[in-house]
Amino acid sequence: MAFQILKRRKKRAPKKRNPDRGFLAFENTSEVIKAESLIRTNGWKVNVMAPPPELRTGCDLVIEFPLVEQLNILRLLEGNSLSPLEVVPVDDPLLKPVDLFVTTDYGQHLMVRAANMKITVDKEALTIVNVSGGGCPDVPFLGAKLVGKDLRQAPSPREIGHTLCGYALHLAYEEMRRQCSCS
Amino acid sequence: MLVLVGTAPEENFPMSEGTAVLRDGSLFLEGHETSINRGTPALIAAASVACHTLGVSPPISFLVGDEGVGHGSRRLYEHLKTELPNLGAEVIAFHYLQPDVDWHNRILLALEERGEQPLLIADAGYMYAAKMSGFASCYDLFTPDIGELAFLADEMAPHPFYTRGFILHEEEKVPRLIQRAYDGKNAAKTLLIKGSKDYICTKKRILATVDTPSVATLEPIGGTGDTLTGIVAALTFAGYPVSDAAIMATKINRLAGQMADPTPATQVFEIISKIPRALEDVLAQGANRRHTAALS
Repeated sequence: MAFQILKRRKKRAPKKRNPDRGFLAFENTSEVIKAESLIRTNGWKVNVMAPPPELRTGCDLVIEFPLVEQLNILRLLEGNSLSPLEVVPVDDPLLKPVDLFVTTDYGQHLMVRAANMKITVDKEALTIVNVSGGGCPDVPFLGAKLVGKDLRQAPSPREIGHTLCGYALHLAYEEMRRQCSCS
Repeated sequence: MLVLVGTAPEENFPMSEGTAVLRDGSLFLEGHETSINRGTPALIAAASVACHTLGVSPPISFLVGDEGVGHGSRRLYEHLKTELPNLGAEVIAFHYLQPDVDWHNRILLALEERGEQPLLIADAGYMYAAKMSGFASCYDLFTPDIGELAFLADEMAPHPFYTRGFILHEEEKVPRLIQRAYDGKNAAKTLLIKGSKDYICTKKRILATVDTPSVATLEPIGGTGDTLTGIVAALTFAGYPVSDAAIMATKINRLAGQMADPTPATQVFEIISKIPRALEDVLAQGANRRHTAALS
């Protein structure tokens, strides 16, 4: 069925969709060129192009990149003193990261969820006892790194994660630290 | 043949395929060891013990190391494109892989060009790619949790991280989210939605809800969704229709969880060890019900 659908779509020459790509917008062209070179050197496929009308900040060039790997790419840029003005999905540059948190109190334990990621902490010991949810491959990796650690000393998912699931876990982690008065 | 596909959370775990061996909380594939505590190794472990209990042949697993950078996933995608269509798989469950729409489409096409379409299950990152590709309806089963259902229901979201707030606000209204996911053609033929109440549904209707045994402490435990996907994959491979397998799997996973007497700090390997007994109990309940119905 997919084969037939794909063939049909090819015939119709549909509007191009890039559901898994994002745009990085920078202050000026010099930063775009530096960032593009840095990202390419580190093995990602990126394109430089004109920004869509919805993305009016910065200069007249943006970098298109694999959206799911946002966290890893941002860390690379920040490590080289490059900070994009905006990071947005290609198909809808107006979409914003999730900012809703759901908290569940299990008595001795507290769970915070952001989007698809959950972190659970022992309220008394402040030990991270579980990480669940998510679908990107760094989720099991982050679980292995965080479970058993003290919330006050555990590495931030933003520092060791790589994907948007890692980013969502970071938001849940920050919210948990706020609720446990660690921040 | 039941085929399981995913990643292990260690960058240097080599690309491996074959029948997994479970020993002392670890999984061995081609002699390479990884913990079964979460992710695809938990799914493989659950499916393996379920297949053993059901008396069917063990799953063939494709596993590669990937900590989220994506290199391992892309090597596996490339390998799958040539290997999968020639396996003669009856059921394939795709799991933790870096979501990549281009590679997803190449694999789906390679399978379909072969002519014989296996039963396709997608969970985790591969489900994200399947939704983004626009080919969700080519899949027989997705197994989202509530947050992921909101992502399927949001036709604009490229990842759960970008699910729009007005949709997240509706998480208590699961039937509305299901409808929205199907209306946007972003759902598989059957959905098994994991939550305090599990929903099994098709485009036409909600087939069943399962909320017993109620074990609230299962939700925080990393890997309980992975075990559920492993169990339902084994049941479909054993010949149960997808919807029946999904209903049975939710009961088995809940019962195994209850048998482990969990707290939010319990680790999933403790639950996996209970799956054989939980599966036997659910099969026996089904047999008793059929016997009683036959007598009445």
